[in-house]
Amino acid sequence: MVLGMPTKNPDAQSKVVAIIAEFDSVDAILAASEKVRDAGYTKWDTHTPFPVHGIDDAMGIKPTILPWLVLGGGITGCLGGLALAWYTNAFEYPFLTSGKPQFSLPANIPVIFETTVLLSAFGAVFGMLGLNRLPWHYNPLFKKKSFSRVTNDRFVVVIEATDPIFDVQRTTDLLNSLTPICVEEVED
Amino acid sequence: MTTLTSDNAHNPVADGEKVLGPNDNAYQDPTHRAPLVVGKHNFTTITETVTDLNLRKTPKAWYVAFAISNCLLLMFLYCIYELITKGVGVWGNNNPVAWGFPIVNFVFWVGIGHAGTLISAILFLFRQNWRTSINRFAEAMTIFAVCCAGAFPALHVGRPWLAYWLFPIPNQMGMWPQFRSPLLWDVFAVNTYATVSLLFWYVGMIPDLATLRDRCKNKIGQFLYGLFSLGWTGSSRHWHRYEKAYLLLAALATPLVLSVHSVVSFDFATSQLPGWHTTIFPPYFVAGAVFGGFAMVVTLAVPARQWFGLKDFITMRHLENMNKIILATGMIVGYAYTTEFFMAWYSGHHYEQFTFLNRPFGPYSWAFAVMFCCNVFAPQLFWFKKCRTSIPIMMFVAMCVNVGMWFERFVIVTTSLHRDFLPSSWDMFVPTKIDIMMLIGSFGLFFTLFLLFCRFLPMVAISEVKNVTPQAHAHHDHDEHHEGGQH
Repeated sequence: MVLGMPTKNPDAQSKVVAIIAEFDSVDAILAASEKVRDAGYTKWDTHTPFPVHGIDDAMGIKPTILPWLVLGGGITGCLGGLALAWYTNAFEYPFLTSGKPQFSLPANIPVIFETTVLLSAFGAVFGMLGLNRLPWHYNPLFKKKSFSRVTNDRFVVVIEATDPIFDVQRTTDLLNSLTPICVEEVED
Repeated sequence: MTTLTSDNAHNPVADGEKVLGPNDNAYQDPTHRAPLVVGKHNFTTITETVTDLNLRKTPKAWYVAFAISNCLLLMFLYCIYELITKGVGVWGNNNPVAWGFPIVNFVFWVGIGHAGTLISAILFLFRQNWRTSINRFAEAMTIFAVCCAGAFPALHVGRPWLAYWLFPIPNQMGMWPQFRSPLLWDVFAVNTYATVSLLFWYVGMIPDLATLRDRCKNKIGQFLYGLFSLGWTGSSRHWHRYEKAYLLLAALATPLVLSVHSVVSFDFATSQLPGWHTTIFPPYFVAGAVFGGFAMVVTLAVPARQWFGLKDFITMRHLENMNKIILATGMIVGYAYTTEFFMAWYSGHHYEQFTFLNRPFGPYSWAFAVMFCCNVFAPQLFWFKKCRTSIPIMMFVAMCVNVGMWFERFVIVTTSLHRDFLPSSWDMFVPTKIDIMMLIGSFGLFFTLFLLFCRFLPMVAISEVKNVTPQAHAHHDHDEHHEGGQH
C-alpha cells in the first residue's frame, strides 16, 4: 500500500488521496472486497481488527515471498555458525581439548542450530516488517476519526487515488452501493 | 451483529454434569464444542475489557504490589553488590559443590521460561485455539523468567565484568571461546531463546499496541504506543504477511524451545559425574521445564483473572487444560525419576549406584522427599475433574510444583557433587544468607517486570481472541460456527 508522502509545505493544497468506506461485520467486508476486486481496482486495501479468513481470496492477495527470506536467513545462520566455529577453534586459535579433534561437526551442531534459528527468526520478523514497510509513522488515514476503530471493531475498505481507474465520483458510487456505514474522502 | 454467548451452547445440566458457575465451559460433551470466551462479548467489549486495564487510573493495589516487589528487587541488587565487592565467598559454594545455588536458580528460571513459548508456538502449530487467551502473559512470563535466569550464570562466573569472555568477541588475549564445550552451547542457546521469545512476544503485540494507540487519551501514552505499534493499520495485505511470519516464528520456536533445555541438560549430561552422566537428561529436563512452566502460568493466571476481571477470557476450561498438561508432564517427570534409579542399578556401576542410594537415604534425603512428593504425588490430584476445576486445589498443586521443581534442580546439583568418587573430598553444602536472599530477590526482579507488563501492555492477545469468536467468521459458509466458538 502506498499513500501520499508527508506534506512538508503547510500551504500546499490538500487533495483527496483515498476514499474509505466503513463496515461493521466480516460478512460485509468480504462481500465488499469481492465487488471492489471485480471492479478492477488494484491500489486498494481493507483494514480489519484481526486477520479475516477468506479475505486473501476475496481481495486477490498473492502469497508472500516471506518464506524465502526466512530460508535465506536460515542458510546464512547455518553457514555463519559453521564458519564461526571453524574459524575461531580450528583455524585462528586451534587448541587441543581432551584429545578431541580440532574440528568435528557433531560438537558444533548445537551452536550451528541456534544461529540457524536466530537468523531465520530475524528473517521472519524483519522480513515481514520490511515487506509491510513498517515502521511508518505518518499515514493520512490516521487523520480520520472513523479509521481509529479498525483496530477495535470496524472494517474499512480504502481505495487510493493513485489507482489507474480511480475517479472520485465513480469510486464513491461503487463504495456507496456496497451498503457501508459511511463513505469518506481522505485528504492530505 | 451476533454476540458470543454460552446460552445457545448445550446445557450441561441435562446430562447430569456438575455445573461450576454461570459461565461454566468445562463440561465434557463431545457433541458440542465449548466456547473459548464466555459471557456476552462482541469485538467492542473484548477491546474494552482488555485495554481498559491499561488505560484506567492505576489501582492502589498495584502500587502496593509494585512496592513489595521493588523491595525484593532492591534486596537482589544488594546481594549482587555484596558479591561483586566481596567475591564468590559470600555464597555457600565450596569445593565439591562449586555450582551451588546460582546454577540451581539458573536452571529453575530457564525451566519456567519454557511454558510461554510452548503455549505460543507448539500449541499454535497444533491449532489449540484455547492458547489465545493465555499466550500473551505466558510469553511475558517466559521473557522475565529468562531475564532472571540470565543473571545467575553471569554472576556465577565470579567476575561478572568479564562475562563478555563468554561471547565470541575478539579480545586482548587473542583467545576464543571453546566451541566444544556445552557451557558455550548454553550461551548460544539461552541468548537465542531470549531473543526469539522477545521477537515473538513483540510481533504478537504489534496489533494490540495499535489498538491501545487508537484508544489512549493521554499524549505520552499515544506517543509511546504509537511508536511501538510501528504505524500498524490492520491492512489485510499486512495481516497476510504478518500471519505467515507468525506461523514461521512458531515453527522456528518449536524446535528452539526443545533445544534450549536439552542444551542446559548437556551441561550436566556431558560431564563424567555419576548422577549427571546420563542420556535421559534432555527429554527429562524438557518435560520438567514444561511441567514447572505451566505450574507458574497457573500460579499467575489464577490471581490475574480474579484481580483484572479476565474470567470471561481465561475460563475454567483454560485452567483445566493447563492442569491436564501439568498432570501429563508430571507423569513424565515421575517416570524419569524412576528410570534413573533403574538405570543406576542396571548399569552395575558402583559410583552411580551409590549416588542414587545417597539421594533418598543420604544427608539430603529431605530435599529428595520434598522433590518427589511435590512433583510426583501432588499432581496426581489432577486425575479428578473436581480437583482440576477447583481454584484452591489447583493453586495448592501449582505451588507444590513450583517448590518441587526448584528442589529437583537442588537435588541434581547438590547430591551429585557433594559426594563424588573420593570420600576424602566429600563435603556438605550449606547455603548462606546471601544465597537465600538472592533466590528470593530474583522473584523481586520477576514480579517487578511482570507488574509493569500488567500495567502498561495488553495482557490478553486482543486480535487473536477476536479471531476465535464465532462472529469473526463469515456466516454463509461456516454454519456450524454459529453455535460455539472453537475451531
